[in-house]
Amino acid sequence: MLVFEQARTGRINAAQSVKKDNVTNIIPEQFKRKTRPLLPEISEMQAVRHYTRLSQKNFSIDTHFYPLGSCTMKYNPRACNQLSMLPGLLNRHPATPDSNSQGFLACMYDLQEILKDVTGMHEVSLAPMAGAQGEFAGVAMIRAYHDAQNGGKGDPARTEILVPDAAHGTNPATATMCNFKVKEIPTNSDGDVDIDALKAAVGPQTAGIMLTNPSTLGVFERKIKEIAGIVHDAGGLLYYDGANLNAILGKVKPGDMGFDVIHMNLHKTFSTPHGGGGPGAGPVGVSKRLEPYLPVPMVVENEGEYHVVTEKSRSQSIGRLSAYMGNAGILLRAYIYARMLGSEGMQRVAEYATLNANYMLAVMQKSGFEIAYPERRATHEFIVTLKKQAKDLGVNTMDFAKRLLDYGFHAPTTYFPLLVPECLLIEPTETETKQELDDFMRAMIAIQKEAETEPEIVKTAPHSLPVRRLDDVKAAKELDLVWQSE
Amino acid sequence: MSEIPQDLRYTKTHEWIMKNDEGTLTVGVTDHAQSLLGDLVFIEAPEEGTTFQEGDDSAVVESVKAASDVYAPVDGEVTASNEVLGDTPEIINNDPYGDGWIYKIKPEDAGAFDALMDAEAYAEFVNSGDE
Repeated sequence: MLVFEQARTGRINAAQSVKKDNVTNIIPEQFKRKTRPLLPEISEMQAVRHYTRLSQKNFSIDTHFYPLGSCTMKYNPRACNQLSMLPGLLNRHPATPDSNSQGFLACMYDLQEILKDVTGMHEVSLAPMAGAQGEFAGVAMIRAYHDAQNGGKGDPARTEILVPDAAHGTNPATATMCNFKVKEIPTNSDGDVDIDALKAAVGPQTAGIMLTNPSTLGVFERKIKEIAGIVHDAGGLLYYDGANLNAILGKVKPGDMGFDVIHMNLHKTFSTPHGGGGPGAGPVGVSKRLEPYLPVPMVVENEGEYHVVTEKSRSQSIGRLSAYMGNAGILLRAYIYARMLGSEGMQRVAEYATLNANYMLAVMQKSGFEIAYPERRATHEFIVTLKKQAKDLGVNTMDFAKRLLDYGFHAPTTYFPLLVPECLLIEPTETETKQELDDFMRAMIAIQKEAETEPEIVKTAPHSLPVRRLDDVKAAKELDLVWQSE
Repeated sequence: MSEIPQDLRYTKTHEWIMKNDEGTLTVGVTDHAQSLLGDLVFIEAPEEGTTFQEGDDSAVVESVKAASDVYAPVDGEVTASNEVLGDTPEIINNDPYGDGWIYKIKPEDAGAFDALMDAEAYAEFVNSGDE
């Protein structure tokens, strides 16, 4: 039941009602609204019960194994929340002068330095507020770089960004937003970028390549040095999509692979909370030649004092992406997470994330599931394809995914990457125990049995949740997102 | 097994092509393609007068699972676009070879149709699992 449907005219929630001496009294009359806002009139207890019940219907990282992994959100350590909400940090106004923000700015500066170190980049800006904005900033810097060549006359021939067909959908979208044409590079049957196709595609029109390494196929790009050489020799730049940084954190540095620009998803790799779609943080790191174009603000240190620098002193910057320091609370959580781990802890993240994935790959394969790239070692994730089940039993990946919910597991990513039919992209992350992984795989084996003996139960799942199979076609076609009063 | 009409031609990217009397070709996506995509929720068909080279992105079909490009099977100019698909994309799921056509194109080279894959070759391609 919607919260609005529980409302009765005149019912008041005392804790939330407006006090006489409310601060809004100083707002001039002409700016005050004349009509009441459309809010449900319910009691405090109704509100508590309504939202508590909703939260109990959730599948979340705090209640269930969630093999979407760092692709969506890792476990959020409680200490990060506690420490980032210390009163001095929580109550700091974003317009506070630098001299009174030294603690906060020290954290931001240290975070820049930590991210530089772990990615091997020359300089980092924390400004972008999400992965997509980080991508945009990264490719905007590639454009700014080419525009500044030939003594400022630019290099207008460079109109193309290369994107492997295994890439995340955001990559071509970003390139298009930055006014580049997208050229798709195919993947070979082993899951690597097709080197011959890449060689044929590069030229004086190449502005750069956007690459995810490890790729979305759950494999490490083996020829990364060669790819970097081919693109650099053609005068293009290399963009690193940090979506899968979890697999190499602290072990290998994108800077050492030859990347010129990278974005990181702190809300993924660095464990910050972003349930419900936000907030995020997508810092960008760059090689020396892109350093002048970094988005502002950035934090610098000078004789033990920290300062915010803006476009005033960084005239070639691509500019601002948000007011003030972006999602400051998220940056703080990522900083605390990084400090708790230290450099050794970060290596452990990559080691356990990849160990867990490879353990699962081995067991799933032994249990008869078809692995998309069986010859390859898994990264922090791997792909199972259920195309045989779909063809022979009429039970497809979505049916398995829905049935997993009945067994108490959130489904892994389904139907992505698009290159593998009927796929499940399984990413356990580093924080899950072996028992949990075993339980998940036992559920998959049990569902496989059901698919063979009583497929209807799988095809009509879920059976034990507050809602049954949702009509996702209707949901996509008839958007109904906002409550309307009659 | 998906339906593959004998009188049409096909591409490896799962478009079907029909030859019309007035010298144009009708383009749609195959039964196999629509079954892989699942229920379609959005179609972007090209405007009349748009010109394409073979292999260009000519239309977009989007399902609840994925968005996919429809590639131009030949060089040519679009002469008609199936406008009802905008409101009722599910026509492609229900009738991929009939009312679910996407656009008509006037080929630059009248012989281009004959160079495309025939039904037998397409059936073999789909069954080989190479797609």
